[in-house]
Amino acid sequence: MKSLEELKRIKEQTLKEMDLRQAKERGKVVVAMGTCGIAAGAKDALIAIIDELEKADIHDVKVVQSGCMGLCDKEPTVEVSMKDQPAVMYGDVNDVNARRIVREHVQGGNVVADLVVKRENI
Amino acid sequence: MKMNLEDRLEENPELKKQFDALEAYIGELATLEGSLINVLHRAQEIFGYLPDEVLEFVSGRLNMPRSTVYGVVTFYHFFSRVPKGRHIVSVCLGTACYVRGANAVYEKVMKTLGIKAGETTRDGRFSLDLVRCVGACGLAPVVVIDKDTYGRSTPEKVATLLNKYA
Amino acid sequence: MIRNQLLVCAGGACITSGEKSVKDVLVDELKKNGIEDEVQVIETGCMGACDLGPIVVVYPEGTFYQKVTVKNAGLIVNEHLVKGRTVGELLYTEPASEKRARTSGDIPFYTRQVKRVLRNCGAIDPLSIEEYIARDGYFALGKALEMAPDEIIRILLDSGLRGRGGAGFPTGLKWKAAREAAGSPKYVVCNGDEGDPGAFMDRSVLEGDPHSIIEAMAIAGYAIGAEKGYVYVRAEYPLAIERFEYAIGKAREYGFLGRSILGTGFNFDIEIRIGAGAFVCGEETALLRSIEGKRGTPSVKPPFPAQSGLWNKPTLINNVETYANIPQIITNGAEWFRSVGSTKSPGTKVFALAGNVQNTGLVEVPMGTTLRELVFEIGGGIPGGKKFKAAQTGGPSGGVITAEYLDMPIDFDTVKEIGTIMGSGGLIVLDEDSCMVDVAKFYLGFTVDESCGKCTPCREGTRQMYHMMERICDGNGRDGDIERLSKLADVIKDTSLCGLGQSAPNPVLSTIRFYEDEYRAHIYEKKCPSHVCKHLLTYSITPDKCVGCTACARQCPVHAITGEVKKIHVIDQSKCTKCGSCYESCRFGAIRKE
Repeated sequence: MKSLEELKRIKEQTLKEMDLRQAKERGKVVVAMGTCGIAAGAKDALIAIIDELEKADIHDVKVVQSGCMGLCDKEPTVEVSMKDQPAVMYGDVNDVNARRIVREHVQGGNVVADLVVKRENI
Repeated sequence: MKMNLEDRLEENPELKKQFDALEAYIGELATLEGSLINVLHRAQEIFGYLPDEVLEFVSGRLNMPRSTVYGVVTFYHFFSRVPKGRHIVSVCLGTACYVRGANAVYEKVMKTLGIKAGETTRDGRFSLDLVRCVGACGLAPVVVIDKDTYGRSTPEKVATLLNKYA
Repeated sequence: MIRNQLLVCAGGACITSGEKSVKDVLVDELKKNGIEDEVQVIETGCMGACDLGPIVVVYPEGTFYQKVTVKNAGLIVNEHLVKGRTVGELLYTEPASEKRARTSGDIPFYTRQVKRVLRNCGAIDPLSIEEYIARDGYFALGKALEMAPDEIIRILLDSGLRGRGGAGFPTGLKWKAAREAAGSPKYVVCNGDEGDPGAFMDRSVLEGDPHSIIEAMAIAGYAIGAEKGYVYVRAEYPLAIERFEYAIGKAREYGFLGRSILGTGFNFDIEIRIGAGAFVCGEETALLRSIEGKRGTPSVKPPFPAQSGLWNKPTLINNVETYANIPQIITNGAEWFRSVGSTKSPGTKVFALAGNVQNTGLVEVPMGTTLRELVFEIGGGIPGGKKFKAAQTGGPSGGVITAEYLDMPIDFDTVKEIGTIMGSGGLIVLDEDSCMVDVAKFYLGFTVDESCGKCTPCREGTRQMYHMMERICDGNGRDGDIERLSKLADVIKDTSLCGLGQSAPNPVLSTIRFYEDEYRAHIYEKKCPSHVCKHLLTYSITPDKCVGCTACARQCPVHAITGEVKKIHVIDQSKCTKCGSCYESCRFGAIRKE
């Protein structure tokens, strides 16, 4: 270690690894991981979402898992709730759709209409 | 007549190994200045206690009077001049433990083992120590056996705890 | 890809409650479910809520699971991580509202605290220097090395930081004296000989955030012009020694210790010295002798260590918690530090909450917080519906804060006014069942054991006081004992060589001040109002409650109880040793203790 620049570099790098523990204010993505969800491929959706967020360098959105949301025929289901916006529930979220949701909704701010199962009343 | 140390070491390879370990530790020290307590810690780890011949050896190696070494050994509670049992039972009598009834636990341990603090059972199985706070006050009263710490102890639990250690 | 992190508290108390085996179960279950690559298990330093251990926190949700056992740890993996269902039975339930708390943010024990000294404890892996850096670690050192030493000392003086080891001496003045002292080399020493039985904040910092101390000591070295530091840790804290040693190695590897730190030409290194079980070594002059490898006997001040310390060279000595404040003061400035706490005692204080209180553990609060907030809001009150009697602070050098002072802001100066000291922060809560005479005797017994013997007032004086206390508790107190105790106490305070002796009479003086009636009851009525002092108790059997079950008679070790089956039993007072076995064994509440 010879300089402050080097120190900063280690900080940035490690902060990424500790990312899960930081407070995330901008919003959250909930992946339903009940038995039915997992059977339908919820884990692939979860991994895809984390991967996509990382690629986009987004660190203020929390990805959490929940139990079954009760929409078994639409599994895997994912709920996106961005700050100050109504929550949106998506169904049939496979790997490809999961990445679309991150890009279009989380990043772009536009609801992915064709995947919507339910929208919170405004 | 007592044999001198060198002869004894020749006869007893186990003992020689122990002294070699201590010698190696002292040899690796960057400086001997102020190292006495660290050396004694290491010696007690190796020998289990600090008998005369170890003190003699240390005083020679660190080039200081035996009275000085003896003075330091007897000043600190941690050093023992007598062999310890196979298992060391330490009952914490720090304040938090005291307030939550450590005395009753201590009495029960004394009664069960038939020894007081600082003593060792005849069969060499247990030594009993009193300690002042091991820093796990949230779980008072605390009993430490060797390296295992047991929280929320009660007189009733004492026998079961001790039975775990043969 | 890591989707979850499990933070497992590996503080002393959680290890005691079985943290290691819980962690093993978690790791096993993750493997069984094939998700060991997706979920990371990290052991942290103490999270503070010691009676809730072992604690596991699941991120990113922040779900706070408490009292996790080998039996139910699997649920965290199989329910929470695999099925996404929170494990309700492992959540903390707020006793008052019976509400379940999901995260630590829902638990009053945590929400009332201001974490500065403990900010990394329980939040990072103490073995990872990178995580320390990620939380701005070593940036203060970088900043300090660009400043002039006098500038650093100026900031400390402005911050108003006072020594957290007990006496509350302004830290900046100590640094200034060490800087200005003539002589070289100079030394930096960290006092980690946390001797007060009932305080364990220093242990938590050494175990949970060792790099903060290394960083602070390096800053100190630069500020006073020293190249060598010693950390003195109690032998009773093996885990702290192990983690600190590891941290020193990492700091050397990264170049925060060693030659030309951060390319500035400043050299500094640290060595650990392990104590060997002598309470007096917490006194700074005694500690310095012990580092030199000698008997830890204190010496008269002046000269102060800043002038003549280790090997008679100028030495700066501060306590662990004091050092833990330094990097943040350098980073955030004096104003920031003063933004919490009271005017004369700025900043926070860590208390070790223990004794008869619902929530035990480490709590960090602003100076000036009241005892009521500490005991009732953070501590959750007294268990078993008992009444609060007093809090003991300062250990064997301190005294009590009674119920009438519950609303007094606690800082260095206010506690002194009522005859106790802040000390290192041990706060033992005593309920109505505690006998204050017995508590004072307990502390005095401690100092008698720990007096180093160098000066007569402490060696002989405390022993004589102890004999008197013993007599009083054994029912042999005499008229005039209170006066004799007070007089002897004053002499010991005035004439002892070091802080140990000078403060040894405090527990007795403080309890006489507030509970003289209890002393009088012991001496003149031969009664212990709290039913603690064994020799002052009488056990008897209430005839109309006794059913003649013989349980007590069978338990009595001296066969003092007679009576036939289904007939009323009687205790022979001349034989009774007052052991209390009968009281414990009676299921009908027929044994009376008074």
